[in-house]
This record gives sequence, C-alpha cells and structure tokens, in this order.
Amino acid sequence: MIWVNQIIQGVLLGGYYALIACGLSFMFSVMGIINIAHGSFAILAAFGLFLLADQWGVSPFLGLIIVVPAMAAIGWALQRAVLERSSRAGILVPILSTFGLSIVIDNLLFEFFGADTRSLAPYIGSFSYDSWSLSDDIEIGQLSALIFATAVILLGGLQLFLSRTELGRAIRATAEDADTVGLIGVNARLVNATAAAIAMATVGLAGAALAMRATFDPYAGAPQLIFAFEAAVIGGAGSLWGTLIGGIVLGVAQNIGAQINPQGFFIAGHGIFLVILFARLFWGGAGAAFLNSLRRSA
Amino acid sequence: MNLLAVDALDVRHGLLQAVRAVSFNIERGETIALVGANGAGKTTLLRAIAGAHAATGGRVSFNGADVTHMPAHSRVAQGIALVPEGRRLFAKMSVEENLMLARAAGRPGAWTIDAVMEAFPNLKARRNARAGTLSGGEQQATAIGRALMTNPELLMLDEVSLGLSPLAVDRVYASLQTLLNSGTTIVLVEQDLTRALRVAGRVICMLEGRIALEGKAADLTREQVTQAYFGLNKTGAGAAA
Repeated sequence: MIWVNQIIQGVLLGGYYALIACGLSFMFSVMGIINIAHGSFAILAAFGLFLLADQWGVSPFLGLIIVVPAMAAIGWALQRAVLERSSRAGILVPILSTFGLSIVIDNLLFEFFGADTRSLAPYIGSFSYDSWSLSDDIEIGQLSALIFATAVILLGGLQLFLSRTELGRAIRATAEDADTVGLIGVNARLVNATAAAIAMATVGLAGAALAMRATFDPYAGAPQLIFAFEAAVIGGAGSLWGTLIGGIVLGVAQNIGAQINPQGFFIAGHGIFLVILFARLFWGGAGAAFLNSLRRSA
Repeated sequence: MNLLAVDALDVRHGLLQAVRAVSFNIERGETIALVGANGAGKTTLLRAIAGAHAATGGRVSFNGADVTHMPAHSRVAQGIALVPEGRRLFAKMSVEENLMLARAAGRPGAWTIDAVMEAFPNLKARRNARAGTLSGGEQQATAIGRALMTNPELLMLDEVSLGLSPLAVDRVYASLQTLLNSGTTIVLVEQDLTRALRVAGRVICMLEGRIALEGKAADLTREQVTQAYFGLNKTGAGAAA
C-alpha cells in the first residue's frame, strides 16, 4: 500500500513539474529558445505574490489576478528587449543572455528580500495541508490536487488554443518558418511577443504553485529550472501533453526513489532523466515512436 | 496609374549585389513573365518587392504609396502576395490550416477556402492532409491557394514549375489559366520560355541583376529573349553605347 501511495503522490508531484515545465516547453517549441532564466522568473512571481500577501494582505489566489498579467507583460518585454535580438545571433546566444538574466534576477531578489526562506502556505490557511482520505494509508492533498488539475487544464487549454484558434495557428506557423509567415500577412514579431507573454503567464502560475506547496528563497530558481528541464526533456521537448507525461514520470521516479532510500529522491529523478535521455540518443527512432504512441493514446 | 512602380532598386546579399538599379512599372491587369538564368536576381527582386528582403537602395511604390520600408506582413495587407520559390508550406499543418493562415492578411474577398478548392480540384481530397505529405503538384497548388487567400491585387509566382513533373506543371497552369483570365495582375518567374511567352503579355529578362530586355511578348522573338537571357548581345550593346 505504501508503494501505491508513493505512486499517487508522485503523479500529483508530477502535476507540479508539468506546470513549471509548461512555459519552458512552450517557449522552446514555439520560439526555439531555451530560457535559462525560467526558474528565476518563477521565483520572481512567487515573491510578487508574497509581497502582495505580506504588505497588503492580498490572498495569493487573488494576487494571481495581478501577478499573472504582470508576468505576461514581462514576457512581452523580454521577447522584445532580449530574446528577439539575441536569437538573431544563433541558438547559443539566447541561452547565454537568459543565463545572465537569471543571475541579475536572483541577485536583485536577494537585494530586496534578503536570504530568508519564505512560503505562501501561511497565507492560504489550512488549504496548504487539507486533504481527502482515500484509505487509512492514502491521503490526497487538496493543494496538490489543485496544482495537478491546473497543470492538466493549462496544458490541455494551450493544446486546444494552438490547434483551434487563429492566433494558435499563427504561433505554430511562425515556429515552423518565421520568414514565410510574413508573406501571408502574419506579423511574426507580434506573434512571438504574444507567445512569450503566454509562456511567462504560465510561469506566474508555476511560481504560485511552488510558493504555496513548498518554500522558496531568492536563489531557489535554479533547482526549479532543472526539474522543469528534466520534465520537458523526458516528455519530448516541445510537446505539451508529453510535458505532462514527463512531469509524472519524474515525480513518480523521485517518490519511488525516496521510498527505497531516504537519499534516493533526487538521485532517482536525475537517474530516470539520464536513462531516458540516453535511450533517446541510442534508439532515437524507436524511443520517439514509443513516446509518440503514448502521446497519441493519451 | 501604375499598380507597382520599382525605381532604381538595389538589393544585396551581404557583399553580393543581386539586384542592381532595377526600374520597371506594372499596370493593373498585366501578366508579366520574369525570365533569366539562375542567379540573375529574379527571386531576390520578387522577395524585395514582397518585403521579405530589405532593399539597400531605390524605391518600391504600390498603388501610389511608398512601401520600400514596410515589413512584409503589412505589404500583404496592401495587396502584394508572393508564392515563394520552393513553396515554403507549413509542413506540419494541414492544407486547410495553411490556407486559413492567410486570413491574417485581413483582406476578405472572392478567394475563400472553397474557392481555392474549386480552382485546384486536386486539393479537395487532401484538405485535411498534412502539407508535408502532399505531392509536388499538390504542394504548389496549396502554395498558390495560400497566396490567393490574401485576395491580392498583385500576385507574384516564383518558379511554379520547379521540381514538378511535366504533367503536374500542365495541371498547375490549367488552374492558373482561370486566374490569368480573371484580370489579376501577375508576375511569373518561369524557366520554360515557350510557356512564359505564351501566357505573358510582357516579358522582363534579367541578367546579372539588371534588366537586359523588356518588351511585349508579341513583339519579341524567342531568339531575342534567348540572347538577352545568356547575355550574348552584351558586347554588341556595349559597343553601340
């Protein structure tokens, strides 16, 4: 029964990983940009919610009404000011520039908020630990369930948005051939800035999820980036449903690892990531086909 | 008034000057064949008119307005459409989605998805197929249909027969005939000289980035165009000047 519980908790944890990987995966698939500042932006959003709650007593859920649009605006500005310029110089330069940006964000946060570890849990009352009992051994945390549902709705919604709407089609076409979309009347700059805004809005939600379910400090961005990166790669970079599967695989592996040995949480997570990465490299075709079939059936 | 006026246009690829001081006008309803050897600057000229490649000098006016510094997507909104060389479809998207994308130009008109399907009947069965899985002829039809979906006043077609079987080329031209008869202004890059002279009212022949010959198709002989095409009369022209 303890194993069943660990798997269920792992799936729920995977929802959080999928949520934080969503923006990273979306940005990579649409703009071909690997945003190293991704984790730092999630922490920035978390501190935004913390500031609203701490200074003005705004509930973190209400605070999202301010923070998510603010993150979208930051995404827009980021695309226009940094990513658009740096991606002209090749695929490596955006990685370097967002790496630099992450250092700037981390240290600015440190400057303003100091080294204290924070959490939004105190501002959401008992919701941070309320749970439903399935049996004597298995409890489902309400916050974890909410985060998982958010991830599913967000990824599903983005998938629908990309396949069904005019803007979604323009985003996919721009991802495929930014030069040619101009010839049929699509403003590629506008489309990319909008896509960056959408990606960063999802980072706002991910930051909120992190801050409510756990703790954060100004330098907490890097580990989040790693989890997001691992979930995105396991799921097949750039595929939204794959990202959900990737997050779940990572979360389940970590929980099973922790059950085997208390030190096993991170090792099992990184291990499964490396195993899948190498499997991809060695049996690229077959592995991708298998994941594709998983994705199709999902 | 001219629909399109190109005045002393210079276009560069880095150090290479692909288009050198090219000037010509197009009137509404004309069909123009743009011919010339590989590397003569035809594709670059069309891309510069469409806004996909920035000009380094000169002027492009459309409907009397200067569009030289307008980005490509705004020029499409003004009514300039280019079917690019190599078709450049969005391979992962369906035929229908490729066509729907062109609605972004914001130019509703006679050309709708159904109208394109009527003009290119071979697309009807492939409407939901991914563009990457189409045959060359079907891809070309989709690329032309996608440009038509912007309801252009000026349609530029770059090498529509490139890489197609003779049969597929005949089919594309049969569909184009309706378009040619409808009075849409068309600039056509075509390697097949016989075909170019047959469909076009006027011929512009480029050589090494310049216009080597320009005239009514009816007034030109195949030999004159061939000479201009290969630059055979270049020394003669030089001596006369």
